Amino acid sequence: MSGPTTESKLEKLLREGKFVVTAEIGPPKHASAEGIRRHAALLKDWVDAVNITDNQTAIVRLSSLAAGVHCLQMGVEPILQMTVRDRNRIALQSDLLGAYSLGIRNVLCLSGDHQSFGNHPTARNVFDIDSIQLIAMVKKMRDEKQFLCGEEIKEHEPRFFIGAVANPFADPFEFRVLRLEKKINAGAQFIQTQCIFDLERFDRWMAMVRERGLHKRAAILAGVTPLKSVGAARYMQQAVSGMIVPDDLIARLKKAADAKAEGVEICVEQIKYLRTVEGVAGIHIMAVMWEEIVPTILEKAGLRSRT
Amino acid sequence: MIVAEGKPLEEVYALIAEAKKVLVVGCGGCVTVCLAGGEKEVGLLAASLRMKRKLADRPLETVEVTLTRQCDPEYVEQLDRYVTEEIDAIVSLACGVGVQFLAERYPKWVVPALNTKFAGGTLAPGRWEERCGLCGECILHRTGGICPIIRCAKSILNGPCGGSQNGKCEVNKEIDCAWQLIYDRMRLLGRLDDLLTIEPAKDWSKAKDGGLRKVLREEAILA
Ligand code: SF4
Ligand code: SF4
Repeated sequence: MSGPTTESKLEKLLREGKFVVTAEIGPPKHASAEGIRRHAALLKDWVDAVNITDNQTAIVRLSSLAAGVHCLQMGVEPILQMTVRDRNRIALQSDLLGAYSLGIRNVLCLSGDHQSFGNHPTARNVFDIDSIQLIAMVKKMRDEKQFLCGEEIKEHEPRFFIGAVANPFADPFEFRVLRLEKKINAGAQFIQTQCIFDLERFDRWMAMVRERGLHKRAAILAGVTPLKSVGAARYMQQAVSGMIVPDDLIARLKKAADAKAEGVEICVEQIKYLRTVEGVAGIHIMAVMWEEIVPTILEKAGLRSRT
Repeated sequence: MIVAEGKPLEEVYALIAEAKKVLVVGCGGCVTVCLAGGEKEVGLLAASLRMKRKLADRPLETVEVTLTRQCDPEYVEQLDRYVTEEIDAIVSLACGVGVQFLAERYPKWVVPALNTKFAGGTLAPGRWEERCGLCGECILHRTGGICPIIRCAKSILNGPCGGSQNGKCEVNKEIDCAWQLIYDRMRLLGRLDDLLTIEPAKDWSKAKDGGLRKVLREEAILA
């Protein structure tokens, strides 16, 4: 992993060569942090850090920065997701300073789902900079002690451990690894992938990643999602952009007497397999609306409680 | 060209509800080409408005003129003799530029009859598509001649995003992913390596974000 070290615990574990586990908390569509705190308490002893989504699928939610602080207060290390959809370079840099001042040490840079997917499809989007430019900006603030405009940050520059996402299931497939390389060149140090259901395609992608030595320059965390029902799997297959859910997985869920248990079983199998893939440094588990299942899955996958 | 589309008749009808006599002005430029505001459309709109008003028992008088261009004072001036005392409103079938040029010249109630959509071109008869976002600093030479600013739904300069699948944009399966097009074309040209260069943050002050833009060309300015 390249780049100077930061105070991120996630970074420390990755540098020590530990197989890390990250999970995800989606802030609520209201102004109470109770659910965030409950989920943080639930995940605390099982995961190394938790992603806090940023108005996921362009639906207005409690801000990821505020939710990240609630997590910190619960003793869970947050990974602040930041999309470039809603904020320009001024607001993004301002929030980076604010987040750092509040104790947040990890940031995940994303484009963000287009606003047409969310609950305010008539909104104007920003996209002043793109996700790769955001990565470069966070790095510039840290390593060159400069704002994007080149002005010096005289003291207390924010020193984030920089993450990005990669989607092996989007197209053009052959360009996906090259774009990942662009992200790493821009400064990304850890990479979380889109949910993996098509292991064969993931393997092909990982082979290309290894061929270019990218797994040595950034820590690749393989994304998984437990499927709760046939309906949920169908939804992922059809309605979520950039996702591939193979039909035989859906068939397997359909056949099962207990779809939920089968969903857990599938996820556990995937994790066990992904752990063996060379260059995979950890697991990112996205149990959207099913956070309480995470400890069960990790236990079964042999990634025992951290305490 | 600027591509525009007629507003619904109801809307234009409501905009001139108070008027007894209106001047309906077409434009011979872009909007004639995209069949939205030329002489033919002027005739059609004027007739429809008159008909509707007649049915409502409040007859409307219309005067119809189509200028060579509404975005040029040289032609707008030709309207002077039509803009008489009795004209209560001017209905412009030009793009937003033309509407404003008329409003700037005449102290009359000027209303737009079109919705101005984009800078684009004709794909096939009756089909137009957007091509340029008027960003003020063209980068087409770096993206294989395909504009990511306006053709990518997220204006990504280092694309494609993770939503691109089967050549289509995550926003709509009917829209090609601009970055798939860029990738295909750069590959065809043997220039894929160019796409590995990180495109830096764009200077949007050259675009509309910098405030009203002007172009001056010294040699064309009359002394
Ligand atoms: S790069 Fe700018 S000027 Fe060139 S086509 Fe795109 S929006 Fe228009
Ligand atoms: S799918 Fe392609 S065109 Fe659509 S937002 Fe993503 S990169 Fe842009």
